[in-house]
Amino acid sequence: MCKTFGAVRANDDISLALAKGKIHGIVGENGAGKTTLMNVLYGCQRADAGEIYINGARRSLRSSAAAIRAGIGMVHQHFMLVDNFSVLENIMLGCERGMFLGANSPGPRQARAELQRLAAEYALHADPDALTGDLPVGAQQRVEMLKTLVRGAEILILDEPTGVLTPQEADDLFRILRVIRGQGKTVVLITHKLREIMAVSDRVTVMRDGRVVAVRETEDTSAGELSELMVGRAVVMEYSAAPPRDSGAALTVKNLRVRDRQRVVRVRDVNLSLRSGEILGVAGVAGNGQSELLEALAGMCKVDGGEIIFHRGGGEGDGGGQGEAAAGSSPSQLRAAGIAHVPEDRRATGMVAVENASHAAILGYHCEAQYRRGQTPRGIFFDWPFISAQTRRRMDEFDVRPPLPEIRAAQFSGGNQQKLILAREMVREPRVLLIGQPTRGVDIGAIEFIHRKILALRDQGSAILLVSVELEEILALADRIAVMFNGAVVGETPAAAADEKQLGRWMAGVRDES
Amino acid sequence: MPSLELLLSVLDSSVRLAAPLVFAALAGLYSERSGVVDIGLEGKMLAAAFAAAAAAAVTQNAWLGLCAGVAASCTLALVHGFACITHKGDHIVSGMAVNILAFGLTVILGIAWFAQGGRTPFLGSDARFGALVFPGADAVAPLPLLGPVYRELLSGHNILVYLAFACVAATAWALYRTRFGLRLRAVGESPAAVDTAGISVAFLRYRAVLICGVLCGFAGAYLSTAQGAAFISGMTAGKGFIALAAMIFGKWRPWPVLSACLLFGFFEAGAAHIQGVSLPLVGAVPVQAVQALPYLFTVVILAGFFGAAVAPRAAGKPYTRGEH
Repeated sequence: MCKTFGAVRANDDISLALAKGKIHGIVGENGAGKTTLMNVLYGCQRADAGEIYINGARRSLRSSAAAIRAGIGMVHQHFMLVDNFSVLENIMLGCERGMFLGANSPGPRQARAELQRLAAEYALHADPDALTGDLPVGAQQRVEMLKTLVRGAEILILDEPTGVLTPQEADDLFRILRVIRGQGKTVVLITHKLREIMAVSDRVTVMRDGRVVAVRETEDTSAGELSELMVGRAVVMEYSAAPPRDSGAALTVKNLRVRDRQRVVRVRDVNLSLRSGEILGVAGVAGNGQSELLEALAGMCKVDGGEIIFHRGGGEGDGGGQGEAAAGSSPSQLRAAGIAHVPEDRRATGMVAVENASHAAILGYHCEAQYRRGQTPRGIFFDWPFISAQTRRRMDEFDVRPPLPEIRAAQFSGGNQQKLILAREMVREPRVLLIGQPTRGVDIGAIEFIHRKILALRDQGSAILLVSVELEEILALADRIAVMFNGAVVGETPAAAADEKQLGRWMAGVRDES
Repeated sequence: MPSLELLLSVLDSSVRLAAPLVFAALAGLYSERSGVVDIGLEGKMLAAAFAAAAAAAVTQNAWLGLCAGVAASCTLALVHGFACITHKGDHIVSGMAVNILAFGLTVILGIAWFAQGGRTPFLGSDARFGALVFPGADAVAPLPLLGPVYRELLSGHNILVYLAFACVAATAWALYRTRFGLRLRAVGESPAAVDTAGISVAFLRYRAVLICGVLCGFAGAYLSTAQGAAFISGMTAGKGFIALAAMIFGKWRPWPVLSACLLFGFFEAGAAHIQGVSLPLVGAVPVQAVQALPYLFTVVILAGFFGAAVAPRAAGKPYTRGEH
């Protein structure tokens, strides 16, 4: 199978064989071509060349409808559900069995019966009358799987299914996948989390740069070998952490409360403290208030109550540092005070994607005198040659590829965009760095680089608040870990004493009994 | 009981004034539920009003006029659909273009064809939709309350008024009890879900846009061949936008939309009745102030003073596979 987009060979002569009744893993970095391959299989995109055979018969999958008829079902990374529909309506959409859908029409009746049957057979439970948008993500994912099963899928493709799940929910998913396999169906699991591939798959295909680089029986391989195959070289993801140098309190958050525009409480009475020279990791399933916490601290949204105090100086122990209240400060005031922020959504908030890289490299600090012609703060024109030269130096320092300040920020890969933003925020050696999802959509090689930069900044004495939905990232970097659920901090622990099961329970909202 | 008579007469004209709003608001409902924002209701109504009046004047047949009106409106609807669905254009810009096109074209064609300064010839009773008198309307008239209500309020409207109300029920049924309705609601919320379920997003949206065209055709024909007796340039006078407001006020649901249309009809009818009446404290109400009321109310609603209206999530967003 071949598929090119312009000059990019997204899929270059791919051959893939799926055995019936097996769980088949496909791993690869971002941009390795996994998603393109699946889109071709599901009829969303047409391959330039190649053939697809199902049970020995050649099939042409020109549309999603054809793929569904051929027995292929797909659970997309972003759920394809209508939020304000009931579960039953979502299940029926596209296979209604007739024009009319009154309560006694065959469509709704059969769909209900089918749901009951599947609940019994696969232990996939979903209330047909619940509003889909109100369900937790794990349950929404079950609805997606039910959709494919109701349509009679024999081959089930799951694209990054665990990205939004707690570890326990992921385990539950794997249990269901094993049941599905037990029923003689074929499962394709696309992921970048090797641990999961090792836990649940029978066979793994590794993709790199649009090609299949290896196929392994899971029992004959290891996570280490797979990651080497994915990246093309050995990757070390464990960092030897220097013990944090405690040099006083840097940030104190007291009873912080944030509501969103719909007046819904997003952050409820959060208390946190962050010391210089340490990394506090804020873990949690996406959407539990971490984003809002980060935005509130960075001065990007209004605070509803509580206190945010960034301590000046430090080195004087608890409460000794002279505090400055920050609730209500604007992002530029905070930046001037040495509080740097690497936002979660780098394309939307971290840069202006259509402008060139040197804009991205000074954004937020563009008022500094050094960037003005004549080097005076009152200069009204930018000194572009200087900015360009400085950006070029920082690109070298942070390994941004290609190191060309004049090309548009949008044209860099996710990892290089992130490195560009990190360079901007880190070179000033901030007292406090607020950083959200530093490696989302970033490939493994760049992840390692970014992690090392974050640790180096910590070792220089900065206080770092790291928000990430990747538990592994938190475990690899943080000195202390706080877990948020539904806007509140459910638990906090030193990283050295962290237990993944415990963190998973906190992520699901279970507090410790005490 | 003069007060009852006054009330009935206001309600009676409310119903009559609400009918075109009902058609147009339902038209907008179909379009926006499918994800195509339509501020071109006004233009489509205007084009339909002109085409209906022109055809009726030539053929002396109200039904042929109605067909011409629907055809004109559907043509504009397809233009809007072509711009928004096939070419993924901006819905607001396209809708505004439809409005401007309709306003200019109706005047120019009117002058060219009929040479009456943009008007179409006055329609006789054959070429218009006349009042339908229900059987026994006069016989029950003496009955207290029920008699006058039956005679004044229920009986005596033209057929399009009854059709408008029937359309509300039909829409409610279609939206919540049919396959088309399920898919229509889905495509306005999450076109990607529809696409991955193996259903064509574009075909669904084109069908919705066409229904919108048909209903706007009814609304326009109503103005020039049922309520009025000729086409006058700009005769829709913002009714398309009022209908849009009614649709939003009714939160894109058929029955609440009907209530909103009736409320607007009541305002308009009430305005006609209190013109020149001297109110305590205020004195005589200026005609202009009263006439402006429905429009002011429209602005207030569209500005979101009555709680945030939640539009179908994908409304106004062109669908491109893989970008969501």
